[in-house]
Amino acid sequence: MTVEMLAKTADFEPIYIADGEREILGGYAGDLLSWVMGRAKEGDAWVTIMSNVNIVAVCTLADPACIVLSEGVRPDEEALRRAREQGVSIISTGLDTFEACVRIASML
Amino acid sequence: MAGEINFHFDIDGGNFTSAGEASVRIKKLLRDMGFPPDVIRRVSVAMYEGEINMVIHANGGSADVNVSPDKIEIILADSGPGIKNIELAMQEGYSTAPDNIRSLGFGAGMGLPNMKRYTDEMRIESEVGRGTTIYMTVNV
Ligand SMILES: Nc1ncnc2c1ncn2[C@@H]1O[C@H](COP(=O)(O)OP(=O)(O)OP(=O)(O)O)[C@@H](O)[C@H]1O
Ligand SMILES: [Mg+2]
Repeated sequence: MTVEMLAKTADFEPIYIADGEREILGGYAGDLLSWVMGRAKEGDAWVTIMSNVNIVAVCTLADPACIVLSEGVRPDEEALRRAREQGVSIISTGLDTFEACVRIASML
Repeated sequence: MAGEINFHFDIDGGNFTSAGEASVRIKKLLRDMGFPPDVIRRVSVAMYEGEINMVIHANGGSADVNVSPDKIEIILADSGPGIKNIELAMQEGYSTAPDNIRSLGFGAGMGLPNMKRYTDEMRIESEVGRGTTIYMTVNV
């Protein structure tokens, strides 16, 4: 599944898509940034409720395919600006973290 | 690439908006130089954790990255409060991060362990009241 395919799925909404063709290879869920930094794999869909600018740096460095904000969370203004600048894709969903993960896993 | 190339960055204290910028810059530079993705990733993660620690715990500092064909050396130096018990600080889950920092997603106490895990060599020199210097090496 590509980032764009996930963004277009029901209950998911693209906030900013940098590389829609990028393949999602797996997933990681977590809000503590050092855990994500240490455990998320390249190409993962990273599901989190964290919305501040630091998620963009983490995504740039740990290189998951996209950030999925669950629970209807929206990125704050600075995070969105940075995501555009750094080319980090952000998708939002009203689903809770568990449901979002289940859905993503079923589509891999 | 012949010999060694050196990069220097000043890291702002308390600035969470630009925190991680030096690591992002290094990642791009290493990519342009053609280093393997896993090497770049290990350097990026280790450097980011160190950079963030200086922002959160030491009111900023400096980062020097020495790039050679066979190894990448990262030296992070600050004049912050120092680390009283390094062995304790290295343990997974140990953190003194205040609540306002935790609400941003930091403070899991996983930064130093990540730095250790992602590098081939890591050495911490710290003196309470004087500051901390961390030397890390990633072999290519
Ligand atoms: N440069 C530093 N100067 C002073 N103290 C530091 C420094 N780096 C780390 N420490 C101390 O070591 C502790 C552990 O650091 P570590 O990076 O593992 O966790 P953290 O920064 O608290 O949380 P996390 O990295 O998971 O967000 C810190 O909470 C802090 O007390
Ligand atoms: Mg840390």
